[in-house]
Amino acid sequence: MTAIDASAGVRRERSFGSRLSTYIYLRPNLLLSILLGPPLLWMMVVYLGSLIALLVNSFYSLDDFTGLVVRQFTLKTYAQLLTPANMDIVLRTVGMAIAVTLAAALLAFPLAYFIARFASPRAKGWLYLAVLLPLWSSYLVRVYAWKLILAKEGILSWTIAQIGLSQALQFLLNLPAIGGPSLSLSPIGIFIVFLYVWLPYMILPIQAALERVPKSLIEASGDLGARPGQTFRRVTLPLAFPGVVAGSIFTFSLTMGDFIVPASLGNSSFFIGQAVLSHQGTSGNLPLAAAFTMVPIVIMVVYLLIARKLGAFDAL
Amino acid sequence: MRFRISDPTAERASLPLKIAAAAALLFLHIPVWIILLYAFTTDEATYSFPPPGFTTRWFAVAFGRQDFWAALGLSLRVAGIATIAALLLGSLAAAAVYRSKFFGRETISVLLVLPLALPGIVTGIALRSAISIGEIPFSFWTIVLGHATFCMVVVYNNVLARLRRFGHSLIEASMDLGANGIQTFRYVVLPHLATALLAGGMLAFALSFDEVIVTTFTAGQQMTLPIWIFSQLTRPRDRPVTNVVAIFVILLTFIPILVAHRLTRDTGGTHL
Repeated sequence: MTAIDASAGVRRERSFGSRLSTYIYLRPNLLLSILLGPPLLWMMVVYLGSLIALLVNSFYSLDDFTGLVVRQFTLKTYAQLLTPANMDIVLRTVGMAIAVTLAAALLAFPLAYFIARFASPRAKGWLYLAVLLPLWSSYLVRVYAWKLILAKEGILSWTIAQIGLSQALQFLLNLPAIGGPSLSLSPIGIFIVFLYVWLPYMILPIQAALERVPKSLIEASGDLGARPGQTFRRVTLPLAFPGVVAGSIFTFSLTMGDFIVPASLGNSSFFIGQAVLSHQGTSGNLPLAAAFTMVPIVIMVVYLLIARKLGAFDAL
Repeated sequence: MRFRISDPTAERASLPLKIAAAAALLFLHIPVWIILLYAFTTDEATYSFPPPGFTTRWFAVAFGRQDFWAALGLSLRVAGIATIAALLLGSLAAAAVYRSKFFGRETISVLLVLPLALPGIVTGIALRSAISIGEIPFSFWTIVLGHATFCMVVVYNNVLARLRRFGHSLIEASMDLGANGIQTFRYVVLPHLATALLAGGMLAFALSFDEVIVTTFTAGQQMTLPIWIFSQLTRPRDRPVTNVVAIFVILLTFIPILVAHRLTRDTGGTHL
């Protein structure tokens, strides 16, 4: 009893701040709502609210005569999405996303493997920074750099001419589906730039997955008579695979949602991002732009569900 | 490590692996060097290589351009305010998710990272839809709204990662020693979080300063620096000026990233 009396005596002298913190401390739910309230409110209103507005908009339609948005529920806009011209855009975009993802995995793996297995701790720090710096530095400027490199009169054409492969380049550019007037105006160019800008997103998860492969497993495999190649195929690769899937989430999703690269380097054949941009802008057809956006959302949700099955989220 | 233990099982990287790794690294870095080169070219009309000559006069031309300064000013103001909002909201959210287990915690932590997980165009067109339905006029604040939403995620990730390494026992010790909640926050929690907050803030700033996809949908006619660059990408008019602006932007984004990396290097690295 004396202890309580003593603490009551002290309490009288306590400052306002002290009393306030005791008041809050004794009410964890109050503290939680103070902490969680503002960010949650923001996310609910700004983000979820907008996503709902997006969904609602995709069920509106554009009046062809007045050019105004009719705010009435209809599936007309989704039917418009299924026309051959629009499906073409969807297929082109998904095809590019698949190609970029596969190429990124192939290009990223050796570097990630080297960083995870062979680099000294000091070198590892530097290499990590070397991958991180392009990822965070200006994405637009890096796209711009490729505009300089891929230009008809630019450094890549020049280099190719110097080693006498101009004819091969011309042959490549004459190919029907992927060619174009120059590298900076062709699907090949778009592919190279996508590969370049999203590559770090593939390297980091693969490296993280490889770092987690226990050294003892690799030693055990060797002790049991596996050659290094066998160990790599049968032990390392399966354990690193979730990392590849995790990286592919980024490369796939980012490629599908981008309009900067195709707008800067492409020709008149649109990608989903460009279609969304032009429908919401010049033509004022926000409902069709919204319906187009549902394509990458649905594909990504399915993709994420599959990725979770493959254990990619543990590798993030 | 003072001495090297020779490990008979330790393999060395094979030559093809080294070449492939070096190729990927060069692929990541050479394009940035090329921009540096082009900022000094005398060529005005094309992107010709090798450059016909070298000059530094484009720097003066670029820095004399009013549209460049206006775009830069807008970008800096947006990034500044978005970063402050992101710091407040992101660290509150991180504290809530770290501190207590409540109903729907997993859902909320997924919701918080959604703006970075979904393609930027989704956030952009969603905000555009809300602006259209709510009949809100485009303004400085519509840009900030979008930026703060995805910048919050970066702060949240960095602060949450730091809190998880922190452990609850230090807070309990502080309370046992008689500090009240506010004192504990001021003298124990805040100093520990300081570098994570600074790193998260730096990254949020860099992210906002460079953002173009969401901004395209929320800016209306306003011109941030990335939108200015994007307009030059699709319809090149001022090639030499763009070359200078490009290296200016690269340098400006490198600094916060390097600082953020240095700040968090010993404590688990920066977080996306």
